[in-house]
Formats: sequence, C-alpha cells, structure tokens
Amino acid sequence: MSTDPGTPTFAPVIAGSAIAAGDAAATPTTSKNVARVGGAVNPSADALKQAFGAGVRRVDVVWGETTVYVDVARAHEVIQWLHDEPSQRYDYLSDVTAVEFRDLEQPIEVVWHLRSLPFRRFIRIKAQIEKGQKLEVPSVWDIYRGADWLERECYDMFGIRFVGHPDLRRLLMWEQYKEGYPLRKDFPARGRFSRSEQLRQALAANPEARYSKEELSIADAFEDLPEDMKRRLGTGERVGE
Amino acid sequence: MGLTPRPESSPRIVQTHSDEPWITTRLDAFVNWGRKNSLWPMPFGTACCAIEFMATAASKYDLARFGMERQAFSPRQADLLICAGRVPFKLAPVLRRIWQQMPQPKWCISMGACASSGNGIFDNYAVVQGIDNIIPVDVYVPGCPPRPEGLIYGIMMLQKKVENERSSDKSLRHELEPDPKSQLYLAPQVIDELSEPFGNSVQQTRSGL
Repeated sequence: MSTDPGTPTFAPVIAGSAIAAGDAAATPTTSKNVARVGGAVNPSADALKQAFGAGVRRVDVVWGETTVYVDVARAHEVIQWLHDEPSQRYDYLSDVTAVEFRDLEQPIEVVWHLRSLPFRRFIRIKAQIEKGQKLEVPSVWDIYRGADWLERECYDMFGIRFVGHPDLRRLLMWEQYKEGYPLRKDFPARGRFSRSEQLRQALAANPEARYSKEELSIADAFEDLPEDMKRRLGTGERVGE
Repeated sequence: MGLTPRPESSPRIVQTHSDEPWITTRLDAFVNWGRKNSLWPMPFGTACCAIEFMATAASKYDLARFGMERQAFSPRQADLLICAGRVPFKLAPVLRRIWQQMPQPKWCISMGACASSGNGIFDNYAVVQGIDNIIPVDVYVPGCPPRPEGLIYGIMMLQKKVENERSSDKSLRHELEPDPKSQLYLAPQVIDELSEPFGNSVQQTRSGL
C-alpha cells in the first residue's frame, strides 16, 4: 500500500505524559471508599463551564466519575473543544450510547464517554433530548473515527439519528429489520412480529449479499474477492435487500 | 420406520474349503456400521456450549473414540452438524445454508437448551426458538450447557439411530421444502400459537410496564 502524503504520521500517546511532575495524579492509584454522589470533580468540568457558560447545564459526580450535561445543539462543539484544547486533550472516545428511562416523562439521554490519556482523566458527556423533540444529535465521527460503529449501534438500538455520520445503517440487527428499535422501552421483548414472520424474514436474507462494495473497499478486501463476486458487487447488486 | 420387524443383521462367518473365512451380512448393516463409526462432526459453536464441545473433543473425553477424530470445518466434508449455542435470527440463513451445503447422508445434533428450544431466557426478539425451526434435528441434548457426558450420550444415541437406518426408507434422505399438503405441515399461525405460551408477543411485556 502506498503512503498517502496527506496521512498524518503515527505519534504514540504516553499515558499521563501531560501531568505536571508534582501533581498527585502523576502516579495512578486505585481510589477507595468512593462516595456514591459527590467527591472530587474532574477539573475539565470547570473549564467547560468557563468556556461554554449556559451551554453546560449541570455537573454531577457519581461514583467518583464526572458527568456533564450539555445542550444537544452544542454537544458537538463541546466534544470538539475537549478534543482540541491543549489543556484537555480528550483523545479517546470509549463509548457512545443512550439511556431511555421507564418514566416516560424523562428525556432520552445520549451519552459520550471520553478519556484523556495524557491527563489520565475520564469525563461523561450527556445530552438530553426532550420529549417531542426529534431524536437527532450531531455525530462526532469527524472528531473520532472510532465513533463510526458506536453511533451505528446506538442508531440500531435506539433509533437516534447521528447527523453527519457518513454511513448510518443498522449494525447488530440486519439492515432490512423492520420491527423498530429493540432497546426502546415501548419495544416488546419478543419483537413486534410473530415468530413465523420473523423467521420468514430472517431466512429470506441472502447471507452472501450482506456487504456493500463500499464496505469491502474500506477493508481493502475487494481486490481479493473471486471474479464473479467482484462482478456482482461492481454493478451495485445487493441481493439481500 | 421403527415399526417393521428387522431382519437379523449380525454377520455370519462362513467357513469355506480354503483357509480364508468370509462373512455374509445385510448391506444396510454393513454400511451403517461404517457410517456410525466415522461420523465427521462439524461444530457450529455460537456460545458456551461450544466450550463444552471443545472439552468433549479434547483428550479427557476424547471424541476420537467415536470415530470423530477429524473435525470437519467445512460443511462439504461433514456428516454431522453439532449446533452448540443459541442462534440469532441474523445467523438463521447462515445455518440453513451450511446445512444445505452438507452432502447426504447427514445428521444434526442440537446441543444445549438454547439450540433446542431457545432456553426460555432467550425468548426475545433476536433469538431463534430452537434450530428445528430452520433445519431438521436428529438428537436433542438437554443441558445449559450439557456436560461432555451428556453430549457423548447424545452422540451414542445418534449412532444407534444411524445403525437402525434402512436404505429402503427413501424418506430419510429426502430434503423437502415444507409442503402444505403434507400431514406434518403446520400452518404459520399454528406455529405461532404453539411457540407463544404466554400469549401474543405484541401484547406481552416482561417488565410489567
């Protein structure tokens, strides 16, 4: 594979490298007797309050982990800032998920788990989508490429659309799945369709037509395919639809 | 099958004038003897049952004693599909395709509660309630997961089944799509009713909401 001149070179990140030498956080420790609520707040939360003012709604500390509630509209901005700001350097997105509560009055929360390796910090960003609002949040795919499948999974399970995601399709359920979003509270445990209908739809899928040409090109696997399959995919055929 | 009396199948040794004895037996008995002692299993392991399957195949329990020395990881070279673990709907067409790729004669063991019935706890939107919805099963091995002794018992049951097969019974090797005219055919509505002990899946919720 030829090296693209535009590709940034690989630079290793040393965990804790940005922490000042005398700082207590310089040596990682396992904290004991952590309170359920309250305790030391992640310093990034205060920095966020200063930078975004009313965009930050609330800061909670639960089990020693800091949660920052932000506006849905500014979530992307906040995460971008946490990623780019030299005093924060949140360079690792470990999860994107969502929470729906049994209490139907409560808003659905979208959750981002961010980790700063150089500062050894963890912060949880939450955005609440009020009832009646469209289930849409900005995608952070342009900041963290790793958000790709995390957001697809979240869309698959909750039906939350991540605006700006390049390829928002179902991830766990098959793409033709029509029953809805399984982790939503109004979804019955056995699904909406009858067993025989579920089975009929599942068996109608063609297991060999699961991958689009784009998907294979990303994996650089397209060239290794047998000729007949290349031809089929080249015409854009997707038999499983 | 099973109701007709079987002709005696034990081989008879015939002493001839020369010193080399030879035997006579039924062809079925001879072929089945060969088949039952050289079943090549294809493990289709999707969950914890596969761990028990590995234990069964390893040295302590040693599946090789049953003529299963060779694990076939290609369905085209396998005689016996051992489905160990739950099968989600997304895997259903794959499992059926694998079964169709296996050449006759072929058998299937459904290992564990998940593969046999969905196991109750996986009575949800994602899991097939028993692989016999997709492919025919010869032996069901209960357990969650079954111990290696359980699987071996199932294999020995299957060997007995193979031993008693008759080549005159053409229905054994026929592969048919469900035929509405058949007596065994169950309409989709009937299957739905049978598979839903607690009522309609749309009305049913587990959380009591």
